[in-house]
Amino acid sequence: METAFILEKLILVVIVFTISLVIAMYSTLAERKIAGFMQDRYGPDRAGFGGILQPLCDGGKFFFKEEIIPAGAHKTLFIIGPMLAIITACISSAVIPWGGSLTIGNREVSLQVADINVGILYIFGVVALGVYGIMIGGWASNNKFSLMGAIRAASQSISYEIAMGLSIIALLMVSGTLSMSEIVAQQSGFVNWNIWVQPLGFLIFITCAFAECNRVPFDLPECETELVGGYHTEYSSMKLGLYMFSEYINMFVSSALMAALYFGGYNFPFMHELGLSDNWITIIGVLVFFFKIFGFIFFFMWIRWTLPRFRYDQLMNLGWKILIPLAIANIVLTGVITVVKDSYFG
Amino acid sequence: MSVFYLVAFLAIFFALMTIFTKNPVHSVLYLVITFFTLSIHYILLNAQFLAVVNFIVYMGAIMVLFLFVLMLLNLNAETEPMKSNLVKIMGAIAGMCLIATLLGAFRVIEPSNLIVQGDAEVGLVKNLGKVLFKEFLLPFEISSILLLTAMVGAVLLAKKEIRKA
Repeated sequence: METAFILEKLILVVIVFTISLVIAMYSTLAERKIAGFMQDRYGPDRAGFGGILQPLCDGGKFFFKEEIIPAGAHKTLFIIGPMLAIITACISSAVIPWGGSLTIGNREVSLQVADINVGILYIFGVVALGVYGIMIGGWASNNKFSLMGAIRAASQSISYEIAMGLSIIALLMVSGTLSMSEIVAQQSGFVNWNIWVQPLGFLIFITCAFAECNRVPFDLPECETELVGGYHTEYSSMKLGLYMFSEYINMFVSSALMAALYFGGYNFPFMHELGLSDNWITIIGVLVFFFKIFGFIFFFMWIRWTLPRFRYDQLMNLGWKILIPLAIANIVLTGVITVVKDSYFG
Repeated sequence: MSVFYLVAFLAIFFALMTIFTKNPVHSVLYLVITFFTLSIHYILLNAQFLAVVNFIVYMGAIMVLFLFVLMLLNLNAETEPMKSNLVKIMGAIAGMCLIATLLGAFRVIEPSNLIVQGDAEVGLVKNLGKVLFKEFLLPFEISSILLLTAMVGAVLLAKKEIRKA
């Protein structure tokens, strides 16, 4: 591996990392602003113009608050919990293709950190790992509410991972590859977007994404009316901040994933008819991709202030008795359609 | 080669920690790290698909369930059942027998030829799928039926007895 390659990837990693942190920071502000809008009030508007400095103030406050580790807690694991949560949230963005490739001089620079040929499975692995942060933190707090939250998080994430995986299998049958960059490249233009061929799969996927991110209506691990604060009841200061941060980063990454898998990623309508040079198409593509991501993040927040929380048995029923059979039916349907299309119209 | 030795050392170290640690939750966490090192081994062997599947299934699902059960049980030093001396002696003898067998087996092992991998691409998804569905179709299907049987059995065991009206 040459030095230029390593340097190029290093710069890309730093940029992606910074962007996900900044977006997570401003998601907190966006959430409160949208909540304000939906409930017909202002939301935070004191710090800076229209509250633009609010996330910085919140972050500073988190750092300077007193840090409490409960006497009965398991100290090492109590500290490892939030660390694991934030690490798993940050590394999942490594395989997402943020754009096509830029030509600088005579070098072609790909805007994807790692193009591994099992890209989707990598994301699944990291998402599956994400629950450890919550479980370890909840257990190490030595508090029954935290433990209940942790156990709810584990069972919820395992239940919804199955349906999520099955909905992805149908998508893979259509695209025929596990590599993220190829899946996005196949959706060039507008009519090739996977949402047109996999609408049911997308519906299942977005429901599971809500559950995996512990967002309303599936935020039972931190259900404050039953469990005080859920798995982070005992956490204070920046450790609590890391848990919240990892939730917002997860939301950002799953929005990016949905935009990339079903909504064409960096592809936009009429991208080849405009007659622009490749570099410009890439730059516009990146902007379009982020526009789609922001759309999904808004959707997450919109749902939060629209739907009430599920009950625990309703959550399990939805996961096991509705989503999994639907996902299996989707796989069978996709298979039948593919075969019929190949043998009669191919 | 040095990467292999480092990862192999870590794998054995964490496997030993799994056995020797007193706290069951720590034990599970060490086992998770052991599985992670095994995944790295698969990547070193160029079996990316196997590595990722090991990662998802063992680390992401099975060990989460283990942890789940252990956290619910809340085992600690006070509630640990004391085993009788007879059981301890039997365990020691059985362990010794295992060591003797393993030592006997390892003594006659000869190091194999280091470069035996014919096709470096065989671990990739495409080739693995072709091998599974062409050469090993019957064993593959039979093992899937086995899994289905286990699943149905688990549901049957977990199901509450329906009272006859």
